[in-house]
Amino acid sequence: MTVLVGYLPNPLGEATLRAGVEEARRRSEPLLVLNMSRDDVLVDARRAGVDDLARVERDVSELGVDVEVVQVEEGSDPADVIVGEASARGASVVVIGLRHRTAVGKLIMGSVAQRILLDARCPVLAVKEEVA
Amino acid sequence: MDNVNALLGGFADVITPMNLLIALLGVTVGTAVGVLPGIGPAMTVALLLPITYGLPVEQSLILFGGIFYGGMYGGSTTSILLNTPGESASVVTALEGNKMAKAGRAAQALATSAIGSFVAGTIATAAIVFVMPQVVDFAVTLGPPEFLAIILVAFVGTAAILGSSRVRGFAALLVGLALGLVGTDFVTGQQRLTFGSPFLADNIDVVVVAVGIFAVGEALWVAAHLRRKAGTVIPVGRPWMSKEDWGRSWKPWLRGTALGFPFGAIPAGGAEIPTFLSYLTERKLTKHPEEFGKGAIEGVAGPEAANNASAAGTMVPLLALGLPTNATAAIIIAAFMSYGIEPGPLLLTKEPDLVWMLVASLFIGNFFLLVLNLPLAPAWAKLLRIPRPYLYAGILFFASMGAYAVNAQPFDLFLLLGLGALGFAMRRFGLPVLPLIVGAILGPLVERKARQALQLTGGDASGLVGGPVAWVCYAFIVAVLVWPLVSRLRRGRGGDDDPPAGGDGENPSPEVELARATTTEGRAS
Repeated sequence: MTVLVGYLPNPLGEATLRAGVEEARRRSEPLLVLNMSRDDVLVDARRAGVDDLARVERDVSELGVDVEVVQVEEGSDPADVIVGEASARGASVVVIGLRHRTAVGKLIMGSVAQRILLDARCPVLAVKEEVA
Repeated sequence: MDNVNALLGGFADVITPMNLLIALLGVTVGTAVGVLPGIGPAMTVALLLPITYGLPVEQSLILFGGIFYGGMYGGSTTSILLNTPGESASVVTALEGNKMAKAGRAAQALATSAIGSFVAGTIATAAIVFVMPQVVDFAVTLGPPEFLAIILVAFVGTAAILGSSRVRGFAALLVGLALGLVGTDFVTGQQRLTFGSPFLADNIDVVVVAVGIFAVGEALWVAAHLRRKAGTVIPVGRPWMSKEDWGRSWKPWLRGTALGFPFGAIPAGGAEIPTFLSYLTERKLTKHPEEFGKGAIEGVAGPEAANNASAAGTMVPLLALGLPTNATAAIIIAAFMSYGIEPGPLLLTKEPDLVWMLVASLFIGNFFLLVLNLPLAPAWAKLLRIPRPYLYAGILFFASMGAYAVNAQPFDLFLLLGLGALGFAMRRFGLPVLPLIVGAILGPLVERKARQALQLTGGDASGLVGGPVAWVCYAFIVAVLVWPLVSRLRRGRGGDDDPPAGGDGENPSPEVELARATTTEGRAS
């Protein structure tokens, strides 16, 4: 069993990570930090750099939590990747960040968070933007 | 002074709200397609050709001129921030520009390329005003034999000089000429290569060829290579330059302009060679040789000025002779033809208002581009986040719509698909697409000139080589064709490593780089 965090290189992502660390401590389970970047765009703002991921790994291990950092660079659907990884690893909880989206935005682009909330087989902990 | 007066008249014509809006639209679209790798001004103009049938000819030319200039600006943004050239003309910019960005000087690199492009574009557009009428004065004295010879030089130039392989260049050219032959012979009325189809009897529309080869072919090619890891854009603030950067940039700007303009104006010149020469020049002349390879501002300023100057240079043979020297110009020629205007030496006499208005609109577009690019470069970089399937689906949609709109015949859609498959196969096997499009557009013209020349002499073949201009052209063609054989013979015989008489004895690495640059061109254009 493990706690899976969907990590993004922005303040919301950091807040998500903090919540994930707390959750891993509470459950005394290892933490899996996952960053997804799509391969059908030339540039993905949600892609975390190598330095970023190294820093996350160092910081979390210093907090005394058993951590693994994974970057997925194939596929075009972050929701699929996170849900798939959660069931493959038998995650006990998935921690994600929720961004405020307008109704039109959701209609056009869809919402990754919504898909994860609906599709994941395990409990999902959603961190809100206001908290970040 | 006539030229200047005529140009002022052009400005007076162009400054109407509608024309300015069209110019702004053109440069905006041009910058956007320049930023996006894999979508170039040539493809965009081809896609817009059928859509602009409803516009007056002046406005569609203003639009296309803006797209052409805009593409040259936009390409540098991607080169600098992502190390992926948005345009083949910006390949060299990536060498130093991306290094500068990685060293935290992205803002300066973007600023020097935008301001340099503006300076070069303005000077070179002014040069059009003075050079083009001279070329026209000379060109109107040419008869069909001379004109035939000049077009043949353009053929040999695009097929043999650009690109990595002559055989591939000529193969592409012959495919293009064959496409240009399809239809009814205009002298005898015979059907050629129509396979009995009434749809082919009326020639293959150039729009369908251009859209099929550039848009569908490229979209299929990209779709076959859709998946690749996303990059990270280097964050950048508002572009600016310090006093020292200005001091180090202005000379490369001027030298780049001087290199780019003539190369743009000669057949087979294009923007790749002058940008590379400019880079080599700056590397040789710089006072900071230690910075080259690590992000020297001269290495961005020179090539960026050169590519814009060559874009302006392209306008000289385009307007004075009706000769395209790059893919976008070839399609602008097709645009002229679709409005029933014959591009050639008589264009300036027959349609002076149109020509001067186009030149005036280039000045205005160039100014718009500075305003659009200098403060907004980071915003343009956001375009790279659009998922590519969306883009290419849109391109295929517009391509099909445009091809159908030409004649409202479903047959054209099948033709489009066939040509798209051809374009894909050419990219797959490394055949350059420029000779094909030049062959398809100029093929009918060269045939007409050849037959006129023959008719003038009553069918005597000597009519084809009349006049000193033709002799010089044929001598050039022979030299280009025979040179590789000669150099191979010399190398095979003695192995003496004298630098070839025509070359300048550069060490091989620049040529390797240039070959790399020109092969990426086949994919990026």
